[in-house]
Amino acid sequence: MDFRLTPEHQMIRESAYKFGQTEIVPGLTERDREGKSDRAILDKMGQAGLLGVSIPAKYGGTDTDYISLGIVCEELERADTSARVVMSVHSGLHCMTLLQWGTEEQKMRWLPKLATGERIGAFGLTEPNAGSDASNLKTTARRDGDHYILNGQKAWISLSDYADQFLVITRLVDSDAKAPYAAFIVERTLEGFSSRPIKGKLGVRAGNTGEIFFDNVRVPKDCMLGEEGDGFKVAMSALDHGRYTVGAGAVGIITACLDASVKYANERTVQGEAIGKKQLVQQMIASMVKGRDVGRLLYYQVGWMKNEGLRHTRECSMCKWVNCEAAFDAAHKAVEIHGAYGFSDEFPVERYFRNSRGAMIYEGTHEIHTLMQAEYELGYRSDKPLKHTLPAWPLEAELTNAR
Amino acid sequence: MKILVPLKRVIDPYAKVKPLGDGSGLDLSGIKFDINPFDEIAVEEAVRMKEKDGSHEIIVVSIGTSDSEEQLRKALAIGADRAILIETEHIYDSLGIAHELEAVVRAESPDLVLMGKQATDDDNNQAGQMLAARLGWPQATFASKVEAAGTRLQVTRETDSGEEVLELPLPSLVTADLRLNEPRYIALPGIIKARSKPLEKRPASVMSSPKTRTVRYDAPPARAAGRKVSSVDELVAALQEKGAL
Repeated sequence: MDFRLTPEHQMIRESAYKFGQTEIVPGLTERDREGKSDRAILDKMGQAGLLGVSIPAKYGGTDTDYISLGIVCEELERADTSARVVMSVHSGLHCMTLLQWGTEEQKMRWLPKLATGERIGAFGLTEPNAGSDASNLKTTARRDGDHYILNGQKAWISLSDYADQFLVITRLVDSDAKAPYAAFIVERTLEGFSSRPIKGKLGVRAGNTGEIFFDNVRVPKDCMLGEEGDGFKVAMSALDHGRYTVGAGAVGIITACLDASVKYANERTVQGEAIGKKQLVQQMIASMVKGRDVGRLLYYQVGWMKNEGLRHTRECSMCKWVNCEAAFDAAHKAVEIHGAYGFSDEFPVERYFRNSRGAMIYEGTHEIHTLMQAEYELGYRSDKPLKHTLPAWPLEAELTNAR
Repeated sequence: MKILVPLKRVIDPYAKVKPLGDGSGLDLSGIKFDINPFDEIAVEEAVRMKEKDGSHEIIVVSIGTSDSEEQLRKALAIGADRAILIETEHIYDSLGIAHELEAVVRAESPDLVLMGKQATDDDNNQAGQMLAARLGWPQATFASKVEAAGTRLQVTRETDSGEEVLELPLPSLVTADLRLNEPRYIALPGIIKARSKPLEKRPASVMSSPKTRTVRYDAPPARAAGRKVSSVDELVAALQEKGAL
């Protein structure tokens, strides 16, 4: 067992950290306060190669392993959750799922442009009345010759106004498939597609979130990922990737809480000594350190399982569940340490507190993950082999060609 | 133009280092290393020059153990074309480094040697000047701006009395000051390209005996607590008492 990160991982960490501090943090307080997202950041992420992380070189990506994706998420969320969310929906939910389920033709068609950020991908599963009970989808797809006609709407879609294409999960109408669901790559330019931003969010205010609508959208049948009946499995695979990015990102929030709290605890004095000398403050710092270090081990493990091509739904759920709770707890403690200053956006910790709450809802609420973990242990849930698994890293072809 | 950038592996300048109990060295457990920040500025400047005019070749060179490969690889990721590691465990002082680099310069015949003005570990600020002297080359130290003008170089230097602009023929040597540029964050494709860029190992050729010797390492003395005064009058009196006024 080798826990060391490679020098390349360390360079990627440093690069993503510097990107966050240089390109995300300036002007962030204002963007967050005003609920404004900045489209230009997506272009900069593309130029920095971040949007192609963990996509094989064969498809125009950076050919880094899956642990690198987690590291990028951690360092970007250390700057702001809105930047990590881009990685979650574009890289995790969209690109990794396309890499797992796409035909060779589909991968060659879309991944090279997604890898450079020329196109942005997003994900549409959640609906106004289908969140944790995702099987209750109302968005429909009906076969019509060489097309499927999509109708319905999706809610809480990150990058709804910026993405060029969406991985959309629908219910199939008039289909013989055993599980009546299908997954499609839907391009924004198709007639009948529209989007609308959601305002007034508690957190991730510098990020774009909204609703997308399908009004008789004709999607070519070669845009289906998997086959009729695979839709739900595709969605669950997507969550294996999305949850990984969220779980890794949560460690970034904890690190950011520690960055702010350690500095503050060493500078702020009460009764002639730094508050860091007070045991109750030390207890909170220790708890954050625990969350960060345990959290890293959890996401490194999931990244390693992805590298090895192993099924990791259970471990990924654990990583997301534990890390997001730890991040919210760390942010709560960071506010506590900052006292009244923690209640103002003069310091960043109130933003961490608001942002970390959302991750306990999306990509499986913490209740869902609690149930999943219990069900695995009790023998009520098990993971069956999938038709398509995420390719192990490095790809065999690249082993022979590039190394 | 061919640019040679010597770089040094140093303790992360933000790390807190402590001397070993017996003063024989530093406690390096858990300490991170990085490219000397002034050298990273030199690498960045070379890459910017190349980006302006694709004709440059950038060679980075480091002297030390195989640990320095990490820093050379990083320089390749920033945009250098190839790297040379002079692999040795020999202990050098600044003059020894200048000797060793002189051999590399004579073998590679660059038009420009661009390096940090000093390393953040020992802060000697000597190797660049000594190397220029050994080579008999013109030098411009503490550069805050470097502009190539045909076969000449215009360098703005930061001096105590203000900015000084020098024009140098090539080949010449320039040392980088802090304000020369702000190094970029490395784009991921750069990191991946660095995997396949050449990194050549050569044995040390000079290994001159150091003329200086490290006797022992000690932590700087702890600062004594200050004294608080409650008024300007009391401050003035306290300063007079110390003979400072």
